Amino acid sequence: MSRRVAVLKGGRSLEREVSLRSGGNVEAALRRLGHEVLPMDADQHLVRNLREQRPDVAFIALHGKGGEDGTVQELLEILGIPYTGSGVLSCQRSMDKVVAKAIFTAEGIPTPKWYAFSEDAFREMGAADTLPEIRERLGLPLVVKPAKQGSALGISVAHEPGEIPRALMTALSYDDRVLLEAFVPGREIAVSVIGTDAPQALPAVEAVPTGDFYDFESRYTPGATELIAPAPIDPDTAAEASRLALACYEALGCRGFGRVDLMLDAEGRLWVLELNAIPGMTDTSLLPAAVEAAGMGFDEMVGRVLDLADLGG
Amino acid sequence: MEPVKGATTADRLAPRDPARYDRRFAARAAGIKSSAMRDLMSLTERPEIITLAGGLPDTESFPAEVFDEVWRAIGRDHRATALQYGPTEGLLELRERICGIMAEGGAEAHPDGIIVTAGGQQAIDLSVRTFVDPGDVVLAEGPTYPGAVPSFSTYEARVVHVPLDDDGMRVDLLEERIEELAGQGIRPKLIYTIPNFHNPGGVTMSLERRRRLVQIAHEREILVVEDNPYGQIRFEGEPLPSLWELDGGAGWVIHLSTFSKILAPGLRVGWVAAPAPVLRKMNLGKQAADLGTGTLNQRFVVEYLKRFDWREHVARLNGIYRSRRDAMLRALEEEFPADATWTRPQGGLFVWANLPSYIDTTELLARAIERHQVAFVPGRGAFLDGRGGHSMRMNYSFASEAVISEGVERIGAAIDEMIELQRVLGGGA
Repeated sequence: MSRRVAVLKGGRSLEREVSLRSGGNVEAALRRLGHEVLPMDADQHLVRNLREQRPDVAFIALHGKGGEDGTVQELLEILGIPYTGSGVLSCQRSMDKVVAKAIFTAEGIPTPKWYAFSEDAFREMGAADTLPEIRERLGLPLVVKPAKQGSALGISVAHEPGEIPRALMTALSYDDRVLLEAFVPGREIAVSVIGTDAPQALPAVEAVPTGDFYDFESRYTPGATELIAPAPIDPDTAAEASRLALACYEALGCRGFGRVDLMLDAEGRLWVLELNAIPGMTDTSLLPAAVEAAGMGFDEMVGRVLDLADLGG
Repeated sequence: MEPVKGATTADRLAPRDPARYDRRFAARAAGIKSSAMRDLMSLTERPEIITLAGGLPDTESFPAEVFDEVWRAIGRDHRATALQYGPTEGLLELRERICGIMAEGGAEAHPDGIIVTAGGQQAIDLSVRTFVDPGDVVLAEGPTYPGAVPSFSTYEARVVHVPLDDDGMRVDLLEERIEELAGQGIRPKLIYTIPNFHNPGGVTMSLERRRRLVQIAHEREILVVEDNPYGQIRFEGEPLPSLWELDGGAGWVIHLSTFSKILAPGLRVGWVAAPAPVLRKMNLGKQAADLGTGTLNQRFVVEYLKRFDWREHVARLNGIYRSRRDAMLRALEEEFPADATWTRPQGGLFVWANLPSYIDTTELLARAIERHQVAFVPGRGAFLDGRGGHSMRMNYSFASEAVISEGVERIGAAIDEMIELQRVLGGGA
């Protein structure tokens, strides 16, 4: 059945360019599937455009603030336009790494130990004085990241005590809340999940960066990161990664699709870092690699996610 | 399931998707990579953002009646030729007039010694393309013009930066670099410099240094590419002789300029003046690139210059830019921290500021865009060696005085936040 599909992309987040690339791929897939595509930049005219164009459904290909944090989802709820991916609350929970990690911990899902602070806590309450204790409890190196950014923007690893303030400055440039997290050395594994009532974990994908950290540039420069799909890990670990991914997905109440990023440490233990409610769909992204490894094809994935578009939840 | 090494979806994606072509790109094209900064810069076009990031001349002040008159004259007298191919080196009438403009600044050139280019940008590209093999050394100011960086990268130049101060390129350090390179058996192919109102540096090379630079070029037989887009955009002080003039026809200087700043950038009409053998090679390069600069645009410039005094237009622009520069300098004085420094340009379009070393201007830009709705250009884009992290460029030619003041105030607020953070974090670790 051919539908009028608004593809929401771009927007105002720092991941705008990434989103434009994801959106472009989604649009191409939808056209091949025979749908009528209405590309829409999520700018200040979005609501007006949605009212005028009256799509049957919206495919959200936005990343980061505004698009992945429940804002656009709330607008679509008000307009009564079914949309792909998770609902408002699940988006809010997954976008904020601090909230997500608290929920994972409550559910018994392993995630590296962390502490979180707002910029105000540093400026007004002397939070910096607790850094020695934090260092002691989390050990070094430790990872400093903005609570709400995707694509590794603003993330750095402090190897020595003296590097922590610098790392905090960096992270606070991208969000007014940051977390300090125990560093888990190991392999980077991503498990994508598709489905709503009976979600299915796709084969794990391993990202092998060519630099020493999977940062923004290597994520979006073809060739700078090698993706291995399925990840060359033993079947028990792969099964455990799938189980954890599904547990995260359910704990946050996700629907449609999502991607869980994990670390596999030297002892073979898995740690969940975060869940992305709207996984990247660029040519170098993890989800398309997982979809391919599952023998599914990008178009079929887009079609399935579209079929699961809904309101509420 | 068989593991797929380097799995991509390339084979199933449509032809408009880049993945299919990734493995086929030439090394020089593949080397132009995605960067966080470039993605940040794309946000500066959002309407609610005050942007001091661009380098746009003012085009609002170009009089409508002048535009109409030029346009009518082309339609009436030059319709067929303006729509036809032209010579690769450009219309003779235009090259004659370019010589007139150069003579105003004391630089002597002959129409046969000029090629009209698609803006000054193409003149830069042709210069690099004509002389640089992969790995060849180009000496350039640090910071250098960010728009020249893609040309340097494309032709795989190895750029060695020479620091700038208030009197322009440190020519003494230039000599040191040349010595060091000579010690390694390397002779630089080109010295690329913007002597007047440097972009992004905002400074002008002193007469003494100009003389010394030309002397060095003569002594060591190294070609100098003098990029002079802003020479006429002077609101204070006395004009200084160009390197081309000081070279006195010895043939060690290639001179680039443009109508972008003195007339309008949308015309994409610039030029290069160079010794005849160099020009012949550049002409071949230009043939390959585009056969010739748009005849219609060249004709617009000629018909404009026949009827109107470009000096009056430039004087009007300079009046506007001067007030805007003053507005920016006033705002900087009020809003920027005491330990920041910035240039006080006598012309051109830009102020370059250096912030305390703990402030990274790419991070400052993220904060400025997200929380203060203001943008500028972080300094890293003006270096090829990763420096520039504490510097920034701000443009004053495009926004109104009120907007400039507001923009600088917002940047100042973002800087203050980072200073405060540094203070509270400094002792914490």
